Amino acid sequence: MRMILLLLAMMLALPAHAVEPSEMLKDPALEARAREASKNLRCVVCQNQSIDESNAELARDMRVLVRERILAGDSNADVIDYMVSRYGDYVLLDPPFKTTTYVLWFGAPLIVGIGILVAVVFYRRRPEEALQTKVAKLSAAEEKRLQKLLEDDEA
Amino acid sequence: MKRLAYMVPLAVFLVLAGYFAVGLKLNPRDLPSVLIDQPVPAFDLKPIKGKARGFSSEDLKGHVTLVNVFGSWCVACVAEHPTLMEIAKLNLVPVFGIDWREKDPDAGPKWLARHGDPYTLVGDDPDSKAAIAFGVYGAPESFIVDRRGFIRYKHTGVIDADNWSATLWPLIQELRKQ
Repeated sequence: MRMILLLLAMMLALPAHAVEPSEMLKDPALEARAREASKNLRCVVCQNQSIDESNAELARDMRVLVRERILAGDSNADVIDYMVSRYGDYVLLDPPFKTTTYVLWFGAPLIVGIGILVAVVFYRRRPEEALQTKVAKLSAAEEKRLQKLLEDDEA
Repeated sequence: MKRLAYMVPLAVFLVLAGYFAVGLKLNPRDLPSVLIDQPVPAFDLKPIKGKARGFSSEDLKGHVTLVNVFGSWCVACVAEHPTLMEIAKLNLVPVFGIDWREKDPDAGPKWLARHGDPYTLVGDDPDSKAAIAFGVYGAPESFIVDRRGFIRYKHTGVIDADNWSATLWPLIQELRKQ
């Protein structure tokens, strides 16, 4: 029983947080804001983690910088704008909605739409095709032969 | 018409294969810098141990410069170093070094003593302040800064004889004419 519990516990994937106590701000409200800002900032050396989750050294320095700026009176938008001005949109984990990213936002729904359209057209055409290739009925002689074959099979 | 329909999967495959063939050759770390044609970020770096002065963004104005981000922990920087030494020896362009993220204040000076010091001035950046301001991802990274103090080019990775003579050096000469 204990073993099973242990195994289950191991399987629990908890979100990793890399923020160390020494980095945290004393004011819990400001710290919460720093966490909020960090969650949408990409750790640029690990490519798919936020700086809030990453243990990379550069991510740590970015977290510290986020906190310094918040302490200096920057709003979260200011902090994020600063990072974007240095690293580009790439630093945002949520891609912004603008002309260069339309493909990203509309691409997937568009392809699903095309798929649905193709499926609808395909299935609508099928009954008609079935009518066109209607099978002719067996003649009396053929019916007889079929009957005979079936009987032979049973014997 | 039907026969054409059978060609659709093949066509889709070919298009995908084309994208993958190109995509596999792209370097995911080669990201466009948003800082091109932007003024150098304002910074003022302290000297590394044993040097009288570091450098600030003001030191980059008035001449075309190469700003190189390195660190004693950076393996590729060792490979790049002989090229930088050669550039300094031939006096081609002043090279400014940002010694990035040294945990031990002795590490940078020791590394330079061992491999040679090609830098006009070196600044210490232990907490990535300048590195983040420059939008640096990793070391080595280098920037060509024009006379007005604007970033004109970013080079990710090692500078070697090939990319120096093909890209960096022609650009530096071009910028000097402006």
